[in-house]
Amino acid sequence: MMEMLPFFVVIPLGASFLAALLGRKIRNASDYTANLAALALLFFSLNSLGLVSAYKTIVYRLGGWMPGIGISLVLDGLSSFMLVTVNLISFLVTVYSISYMRRYTDKWKFHALFMLMLAGMNGMILSGDIFNLYVFLEMASISGYVLVAFGTEAQDLEASFKYAIMGALASIFILLGIALLYSYTSTLNMADISFALADRPRSIVVSFVCVLFLAGFGLKAALVPFHAWLADAHSCAPTPVSAMLSGVLIKVLGVYALMRIFFNVLGVSNSILGILMFLGAVSMLVGVLLAVAQWDFKRLLAYHSISQIGYVVLGIGLGTPLGILGGLFHLFNHSIFKSLLFLNSGAVEYSLGTRDLKEMGGLREKMPVTANTSLIASVSISGIPPFNGFWSKIIIIFACIQANHFGYALCAVAASILTLVSFMKVQKYAFMGKISEKWQKIKEVPLAMQLSMIILALICVAGGLMLIPPCRPFLQSAADALSAGNGYKEAVFAALR
Amino acid sequence: MTLYFLCFVLFCVGLYCILRKRNIIKIIMGLIIIEYAVNLFLILIGYRTQGRAPILAQDQEILNMVDPLPQALVLTTIVIGLAVTAVVVSIAIRIYEKYGTFDITKIRRLKG
Repeated sequence: MMEMLPFFVVIPLGASFLAALLGRKIRNASDYTANLAALALLFFSLNSLGLVSAYKTIVYRLGGWMPGIGISLVLDGLSSFMLVTVNLISFLVTVYSISYMRRYTDKWKFHALFMLMLAGMNGMILSGDIFNLYVFLEMASISGYVLVAFGTEAQDLEASFKYAIMGALASIFILLGIALLYSYTSTLNMADISFALADRPRSIVVSFVCVLFLAGFGLKAALVPFHAWLADAHSCAPTPVSAMLSGVLIKVLGVYALMRIFFNVLGVSNSILGILMFLGAVSMLVGVLLAVAQWDFKRLLAYHSISQIGYVVLGIGLGTPLGILGGLFHLFNHSIFKSLLFLNSGAVEYSLGTRDLKEMGGLREKMPVTANTSLIASVSISGIPPFNGFWSKIIIIFACIQANHFGYALCAVAASILTLVSFMKVQKYAFMGKISEKWQKIKEVPLAMQLSMIILALICVAGGLMLIPPCRPFLQSAADALSAGNGYKEAVFAALR
Repeated sequence: MTLYFLCFVLFCVGLYCILRKRNIIKIIMGLIIIEYAVNLFLILIGYRTQGRAPILAQDQEILNMVDPLPQALVLTTIVIGLAVTAVVVSIAIRIYEKYGTFDITKIRRLKG
């Protein structure tokens, strides 16, 4: 059973290599490799859910060395939750890009980089060693920088340069934090670090490391004082890449790493939780206020990503079991509806060749699938009752009230209303009304693109069912792994024996 | 202690370059400098006074050795730094082709 863990890194790495090797010679070979790899990863990640419910925590020792000396891979509730989210989105995005990426030359380069990014993300989720986590983080970030510049237009390059400089600076802060932590605890294994910190009083070194990690991972997650790169990078990238960046990359690189390191390794204090909640609430409001004024479809969605990440961080920052559950649920839901919205914007761009909302209108007649799926995604993100976004937002708001943070609850409600306003605008200008003369000849997008949009829309509709008992362990085991806090080290040591 | 202070000065020089310079190439230089400062810091935390390399050989007893792990980490971060620098420089070359300048105040087509 534990032999399965390295496959999450090996499969995408191998697929990246094969896509580069075969794609140059044989047409469409990279499509098949990438799709097969993504399908296999989806299968493995769903399988990991069963393993987690049977064994709780599984540790794989790389090269057979005991952790402490060697590197370990750890699968627990939170890891398998994140693996399912990442691999589900990446599979649907690779299916979508079969048709979409025909607009670009050298499709195999896209697939090779995409799989490399996936390998980095999966590795980061599974890593039980803090330096190994940094290496995988860099792997995912560097392929991210290149993928943003994939179109090599002037704007793409500018956005990519901005992203690369900010991202590299964030990585430097993280590395400095790791160096300080190593000099303080003399180990790099996360369970060992937690063990070494547990029997010492909290010192100023640990607080400084917390600040460095907060700045580094906060920049990767685009929390508000560090958000400047996100709107440029996510709106300029090719659409499948935007869906991947907004849907999962910022969550794995930023939010997951923050959660894992603060909750399970360093241990949370009230001041850190307070900072997380404040940053979450500010991101929520600033992101949505910036989004309302946008006329570029993808830029509007990118600003909403900042706002929705704010909800996730607010929920997790509450630190109560209900808040953590709501935050994680919103993380999953956001990756579903935000990738769907980006894929919709890509479909519109595919048919019309523009992203400007003012030039659209009446697309519902010509593109019914895109219009209907985007309607579902819009109501989900705004939190209209039967859809998934409503359930996670209501849990976060209840958790705020339960923890006596009425101000934050009010912020969450206000941000939700503003989200609704800006998506009403998208629906009105893009899909409702009369179609202009210019767009009489457009057609609905190809089948592969329709298929992935429909599947994502179905998950949006059915998302609320995750809270009922048969499906609940998926969320609950992840929330338990986080709430356990310092219990992480005992779980890992027990699994090693 | 002086070494740590000088390492911190190097870090600050790099940070100043990234934050204040307007030329893309100088920003990249700043990135390289700040990377080297962190690498130097990693080496420094593994160093013991009068320590020697931890190479195990027969009929030799090592009493005072430096920590080899940070050195292994630094090798990895140098490779990562190389990759980042290569990517950023190649983007800078393409930016120069498109905009005809390295000045970041003139490279502003993205707004809002």
